[in-house]
Amino acid sequence: MRTAVPTVRELAFAAALSVPLSIASPAHAAGPAKDTDLAQIRAQLQQMKDAYEQRIAALEQRLAQAESTAGQAARSAEASATQAQVAVQEASLRAAPPAAPAGPASGFNPEVSLILQGQYKSMKDVPERAITGFWPAGGHDHGADPRGFSLDHSELVMAANIDPWWRGQLMLGLQDDKAEVEEAWFQSLGIGHGIGLKAGRIRSGIGYLNEQHAHAWDFADAPLIYKAMFGEHGSYAQDGVQLKWVAPTETFVELGAELGRGAAFPGTDRNKNGSGSGALFAHFGGDVGANHSWRTGVSYLRTAAREREAHFTDVGGLEAQGAFAGNSRTWIADFVWKWAPNGNPKYQNFKLQGEWFQRREQGTLDCRDEDGVGNACAAGVLSDYASRQSGWYLQGVYQFTPNWRAGARYDRLDSGRRDFGVNAANLVVDSYRPSRATLMADYSWSEFSRLRLQFARDRSMQGITDNQVTLQYIMSLGAHGAHKF
Amino acid sequence: MNRLSNRFFTSAFASPLFRGACAAVAAFLVLGLFPPPAAAAVEVFATVPEWAALAQEIGGDKVRVYSATQGLQDPHRIDAKPSLIARARSAQLVVATGAELEVGWLPVVVRESGNARIQPGQPGYFEAARYVAMLEVPAVLDRAHGDVHAGGNPHVQTDPRNLFRIGEALAARLAELDPPNAAAYQAGYRDFAGRLRNAVARWEKEAAPLRGVPILVQHKAFPYLQNWLGLTEVGCLEAKPGVEPSSAQLAGIVAQQAARPAKMVIRAAYQYDAPSRWIAERARIPAVTLPFTIGGTPEAKDLFWLYDDTVRRLLKGLQE
Repeated sequence: MRTAVPTVRELAFAAALSVPLSIASPAHAAGPAKDTDLAQIRAQLQQMKDAYEQRIAALEQRLAQAESTAGQAARSAEASATQAQVAVQEASLRAAPPAAPAGPASGFNPEVSLILQGQYKSMKDVPERAITGFWPAGGHDHGADPRGFSLDHSELVMAANIDPWWRGQLMLGLQDDKAEVEEAWFQSLGIGHGIGLKAGRIRSGIGYLNEQHAHAWDFADAPLIYKAMFGEHGSYAQDGVQLKWVAPTETFVELGAELGRGAAFPGTDRNKNGSGSGALFAHFGGDVGANHSWRTGVSYLRTAAREREAHFTDVGGLEAQGAFAGNSRTWIADFVWKWAPNGNPKYQNFKLQGEWFQRREQGTLDCRDEDGVGNACAAGVLSDYASRQSGWYLQGVYQFTPNWRAGARYDRLDSGRRDFGVNAANLVVDSYRPSRATLMADYSWSEFSRLRLQFARDRSMQGITDNQVTLQYIMSLGAHGAHKF
Repeated sequence: MNRLSNRFFTSAFASPLFRGACAAVAAFLVLGLFPPPAAAAVEVFATVPEWAALAQEIGGDKVRVYSATQGLQDPHRIDAKPSLIARARSAQLVVATGAELEVGWLPVVVRESGNARIQPGQPGYFEAARYVAMLEVPAVLDRAHGDVHAGGNPHVQTDPRNLFRIGEALAARLAELDPPNAAAYQAGYRDFAGRLRNAVARWEKEAAPLRGVPILVQHKAFPYLQNWLGLTEVGCLEAKPGVEPSSAQLAGIVAQQAARPAKMVIRAAYQYDAPSRWIAERARIPAVTLPFTIGGTPEAKDLFWLYDDTVRRLLKGLQE
């Protein structure tokens, strides 16, 4: 209020000045003014000045009165019992309207976030990288990381509640020549009874790491077994539906089932009605004391393939092509255990996780000589095919300050039983136990930026020991949703 | 159904493990959809101990309260743990702070719980910050300023006067969810508010020497407390909210002591003590640990002890 006084005064003088000017100008324009006119104007000015000064004086008086009343009120309030004061404060806090700003329509825009990922990688120059003893998930193309500097795919995520019953999310993987829809799904919010329904392109709920995107991994690459089982993405995703149910128990129990197209490795797209793949999973979890929490699970994935192609070497050392048709069944057992002092992971925490996979495949193997090199399958040989293969990894990551983490991981695979039927006489059947040991350290400036250095001794290819160094960055921009456990 | 899917189902059903799983699913479904006669108490899932205590004060034996965190956990940085999802599954009311305090974990917990009653927008989802006049609402939203909250500073519980409005709204919400006990919730709130009014008057009297006292804070966790007791914040150890201070920043704070001397440096109990201890040693001022929530210090056993202990520790800091 005190500052209002000069403002009033200024306004008054500004008005007083502008009035004679506006009167005077036309007078000048009309020619030399007469003395009587000037006297009149002076008289008018004097009148106006008096009037304004009276008004200002009146205003100042009223202000002073108001101030003294307020002062008395304040003093009397101070003097009164403190309890009454609290009641006044309480009332004033109550009177303050809750902050509920009505945003513009653009406020309904989805949460948008962008993940930037890139790396420098040093490793051996191996022309056709493939895990020895396992069916190459990529078929003909070998999608391993390039050597030197490279950009991983950048992830663009958009998510929002659709209405009170549904939520949707789109996750695009952007690369030089393509934008790949990694996930695009809607999820139920309103069914209740612990039931969750998700449909669209989804990362399957099998295993532990399968649902996590690369930017949430603790290492620069996926565990070997994930690459062997599901390819370079290190995850099984499909177009379909997922139904989950959380039990009304204090221990976390979640059961889920999925049906889908099953186009991704180890299955193939088969142009058919009905479902091409089914998955079942059960997860259990809980806390032990304030410091420990855990989750474990078992999962089953069944899918089928037609014309699933791969390169082979025939007994004479010539290249041959093989196509698999049949069923593929995968079992997964997983666990993760996290430790944080007082359950507060910000400053220190430790995470131990491991997963074990077994896959059985049964069907036929069609051995061919597509390039006409004169291999053992020149006439085309169809045989039975059966395999039982397994692998696991175990990793631990320790965050020892808010910014620094270090971790170690060990991968081990077993090419197991591979029965090629009569084609065993035509093709080389590799038997090998691939392994890899990895060490990493990363630094995070905040939750949104991370730089990671990783060393790996990769023995996934028979006869090659590949020492790999990776320097990787992961940057997260925008409103990125919370991650799962 | 064609041959392949037939084969899929026959062989899948043949597996004993699968049959076992189906039996388990059926058993859980029966239990889940037709639970045994529900206990009368309203199941409350509170994100932090202060809201658990408030719900208990108001609801008494009409509520069963679970607190997702305890006093020494940083409420910004909690994992969406399986145990939390399991608890949220059966809750009838989630009491959260809001203002994005729990944004890193609560949305996942609530969605994954498959519980329609507690989704945001439903009566079973309550955010305390909606009933409070928020402080430090940022004019600019940019991560270059650190982990800022668009809705304003979420640490509203450090001013006990905020509990009047929040408690009143919470009592109304409980009454809405459990109409037969509506009168009990109103009575519970009135009783609590009466005791709190007396206590606030006492705390304000005791804390009178703190008015205008310059302080340093480790994290911007106390604007509501400062506003209540009239403390003057002259510096924050975290140059950007949520980002641990560097030694250069800390040295800058010590240098600033000459021009704008602070009487003490305060931190919430869940925070690392190193930065405030470092400052305290160099600037020769006491480092004061405040409970921040129930369980933050051994003394802060309930909502009343929380502010008792807060005022006591600040006064002790002033005398040192």
